[in-house]
Amino acid sequence: MKIAVCVKEVPDATAHKRIDPGTKRLDRSGEGALNAFDANAVEEALRLKDATGDGEVVVVSMGPERALNSLRKALAMGADRAVLIADDGAAGSDLVATSLMLAKALEREQPDLILFGQQSSDSDGAVLWAAVAERLKQPVISQVAELTLEGGSLTGKRQTEFGYDVIRAPLPAVVAVADSINEPRYPSLKGIMGAKSKPQETVSLADLGVDAGSAGEEGSHTQVLALSDPPPRGDTRKIEDDGSGAEQIVAFLAEKRLI
Amino acid sequence: MSTLVFLEHHGGELQKGSLAVLSKAASLGGDVAGVIVGSGVDGLADQAAKHGAATVYVADDPKLEAPLPQPRVDAIAQLVADKSIETVLFAQSILAADIAAGLAARLDAGLNWQLTDIATDGGDLVGKQSALGDSVVVDVGWKTTPRIGLFRAGAFDPSEQAGAGTVEAFLPELQEHSLAAEMVEQAHAEESGPSIEDANVIVAGGRGLGEPEKFALVEELAKALGGAVAATRAVVDAGWYPYSAQVGQTGKSVSPTLYIACGISGAIQHKVGMQSSKTIVAINKDPNAPIFEFADLGVVGDLHTIVPKLTELVRARRVS
Ligand SMILES: Cc1cc2nc3c(=O)[nH]c(=O)nc-3n(C[C@H](O)[C@H](O)[C@H](O)COP(=O)(O)OP(=O)(O)OC[C@H]3O[C@@H](n4cnc5c(N)ncnc54)[C@H](O)[C@@H]3O)c2cc1C
Ligand SMILES: Nc1ncnc2c1ncn2[C@@H]1O[C@H](COP(=O)(O)O)[C@@H](O)[C@H]1O
Repeated sequence: MKIAVCVKEVPDATAHKRIDPGTKRLDRSGEGALNAFDANAVEEALRLKDATGDGEVVVVSMGPERALNSLRKALAMGADRAVLIADDGAAGSDLVATSLMLAKALEREQPDLILFGQQSSDSDGAVLWAAVAERLKQPVISQVAELTLEGGSLTGKRQTEFGYDVIRAPLPAVVAVADSINEPRYPSLKGIMGAKSKPQETVSLADLGVDAGSAGEEGSHTQVLALSDPPPRGDTRKIEDDGSGAEQIVAFLAEKRLI
Repeated sequence: MSTLVFLEHHGGELQKGSLAVLSKAASLGGDVAGVIVGSGVDGLADQAAKHGAATVYVADDPKLEAPLPQPRVDAIAQLVADKSIETVLFAQSILAADIAAGLAARLDAGLNWQLTDIATDGGDLVGKQSALGDSVVVDVGWKTTPRIGLFRAGAFDPSEQAGAGTVEAFLPELQEHSLAAEMVEQAHAEESGPSIEDANVIVAGGRGLGEPEKFALVEELAKALGGAVAATRAVVDAGWYPYSAQVGQTGKSVSPTLYIACGISGAIQHKVGMQSSKTIVAINKDPNAPIFEFADLGVVGDLHTIVPKLTELVRARRVS
């Protein structure tokens, strides 16, 4: 069984995220990291591969060249191979353009199953899978908290506003997992060492047969018009617990007359 | 300007969020229609008329009974083409997000999400998007039509306004891949225990508790404060705590006087359910956790030592 996992490089959690007022794009100049929610998807792929005894896990991503550093984390966890769509013409892509490029790259791979993470921490969209599934004309199940594979079909359990759904779909299919589905493994030292020598392919728009007009800003149908500050929220106070954390909370609550 | 609003329904009711988006669309003017997709949904159009829909398109077919996104992409794509619709708006939900994104790919249309508002600017539409964990407000536009917009849960309240509500039935042609996924079971969550929506004080636990048994720490503190217990989706999905206690986008919205978050990262989907709490206290060992961006008091530390001590101190105050 061949499983593709779509993963993204996002600004590291310690980085201050900002939109560059000049380009009106997310400032990606700081440290990057593998989107933490995507580690759940990689983990689930590795478990399915282990359970079926054979197969391949390939991570697929669209991003700048240096995103390979973040993809290596997925390889260190155990994924077999990485494919990165890196092209200057892809920068500034919105959902429509990104889903097109990813779908093209996935078509080349022909996986039995395509996994997505819960959301990217820099866009909070939680939408990309449905667009990719539509382009590939495959069934999609999102927010999956429990996934089982049986013969040629899979079953996902997921939460909605009204309770739990159990949805079944034949393979090939697209599944977006919830962060509750598993606890991602930490890469072992051996895994980290081995990651460097695993196949890592960079592909361009031309390689995928995507024309420039369908990618990047030109291929995007949304635009950023202006940026502004959100309304201020009252003071936020952050303290380090030095052993007196509980006392300080009590003092704060007393000051606010909450106890 | 012609606008179509997806009207989600459950248990014979149109959802409040959809009606809110519908009344917002009606307030912007132009031709405003709603679309209802399902089986046995004939009677729902009235509610849409009361919130400003001039036309209500109804696709009623047993094949459309399960609330799955892909057949709804077929239905809405067909309407957009047949009725020359320029804008399609959705209220955020698990179902709506997947329809909106599928539709964007089908129609090669722009999708803007996390919208908190929308206004007309000349002949165009401009959305307000709250981005990067609410640290920036972005005015977003669409370069082409149809435009697709997904509003954040609770962005506005429904308002009543009369619309003609002319019902027009239609039968969408469904694509093969749209019918591939099948709903095996829909388990409706039971509401058990006291409602957290009325609680004055809420102590909430997340994955930082480490294991389900540790919810006892949260329960003890809630008891000492006379409050209720809430949870994140991560721990509810994992079976650590009941669904009825979940706060957030897919769960409950609460606005207690005091909300104490223990081992909760503060993801946007959790935040939208509790940000209107009067005072927010957060205990988290990761100094970069997003919850510290909006907690009135944030304590960086281990909840396993802080919470029991806090419970003790609160109890001691009660006694004295
Ligand atoms: C469509 C959609 C709908 C969603 N709906 C909801 C919803 O309704 N409600 C909801 O809550 N979420 C919802 N989510 C999920 C949400 O995005 C987050 O994944 C979820 O809220 C994370 O839960 P958490 O904070 O418990 O876990 P995590 O994000 O894993 O955070 C755990 C936190 O605990 C801290 N921690 C760990 N150990 C300790 C310790 N010893 N002491 C102190 N702190 C510690 C960590 O630093 C971390 O910040 C939704 C997501 C999507 C895509
Ligand atoms: N640029 C990208 N390349 C590959 N996969 C992506 C990319 N952006 C997002 N994803 C995947 O789509 C999921 C949802 O992303 P989003 O809709 O942006 O929140 C992520 O968890 C990833 O699995």
